[in-house]
Amino acid sequence: MDFSEVTSQQFMQMLPYARELGMELVEVGDGVAEMCMPYDPRLSGDSRTGVVHGGVISALVDTCFGAAVLSCGKGVPATIDLRIDYMRPAAPGQALRARAECHHIARSVTFVHARAYEGDGDRQVAFAVGRFSVDPP
Amino acid sequence: MSAARAIPPQQAQARRDAALGALVADMPFAQFLGAGFSLRGDELTATLPYGERLIGNPFLPALHGGATAGFLEATAIVGLAWAIMCARAEEAGDAPEALESLPKTIGFTVDYLRSGQPRDAYARARVVRFGRRYASVNVQGWQESRSKPFVQATGNFLMPDHA
Repeated sequence: MDFSEVTSQQFMQMLPYARELGMELVEVGDGVAEMCMPYDPRLSGDSRTGVVHGGVISALVDTCFGAAVLSCGKGVPATIDLRIDYMRPAAPGQALRARAECHHIARSVTFVHARAYEGDGDRQVAFAVGRFSVDPP
Repeated sequence: MSAARAIPPQQAQARRDAALGALVADMPFAQFLGAGFSLRGDELTATLPYGERLIGNPFLPALHGGATAGFLEATAIVGLAWAIMCARAEEAGDAPEALESLPKTIGFTVDYLRSGQPRDAYARARVVRFGRRYASVNVQGWQESRSKPFVQATGNFLMPDHA
């Protein structure tokens, strides 16, 4: 068995690190995915500010990328690279939300981008681009 | 006699280790990951002990790219903060002391060179440019052999004074 046989909803439950961070899939399909995760002070990057560590946003975005690429049905995604801009600190106490979209699907590589937001609003905290290799099932 | 020589070497080492411990304690996410940082002379190495909770692909199995990215970004921040602390300590002729705040990541790029194996991972940061306002840091992560990195990253950071 591999990811190609897994539905996007099952996908989340199968990733221990995504579960560990409390990630939830909000919406997925046709190369687009939206995910969210709650605030947790254990994930802050500096105890004096309580602001979530950048690596946590990277993890949310990377997982969201994986779900978006998987939803294209071309095969199992693996991250080739991921570049992220941290535009502003996410306010401590606020949940995080990410929305990823595949903007080009080539034969063996899928190109994706994502925006991450604070809470339910439209205050953007990060922008990311990624390239995924896709192994056909 | 300079102030730096006033600290006996056996105390200097203990004070350096304590300062590094305090720096890492300021970053709750490093504890959440279970990452450790240790000095061998002036070489700072980060360790990410393997745990099933770090897995991203249970079929291979492979470490989650997000866990690896977080480990590398934490290593870059600790490496840069440590470099700033050491530079200040040298200037002041004293032992390294805690920073008022940690450097802030502006952007971070991760290249996944190989799939992360379900085993311990290590990383080392190199400050490529150490400026007054910004710094650029390279990080490499490896597992079974340092000559075969499984991940590398570059980040740009805002220095604490300008945060």
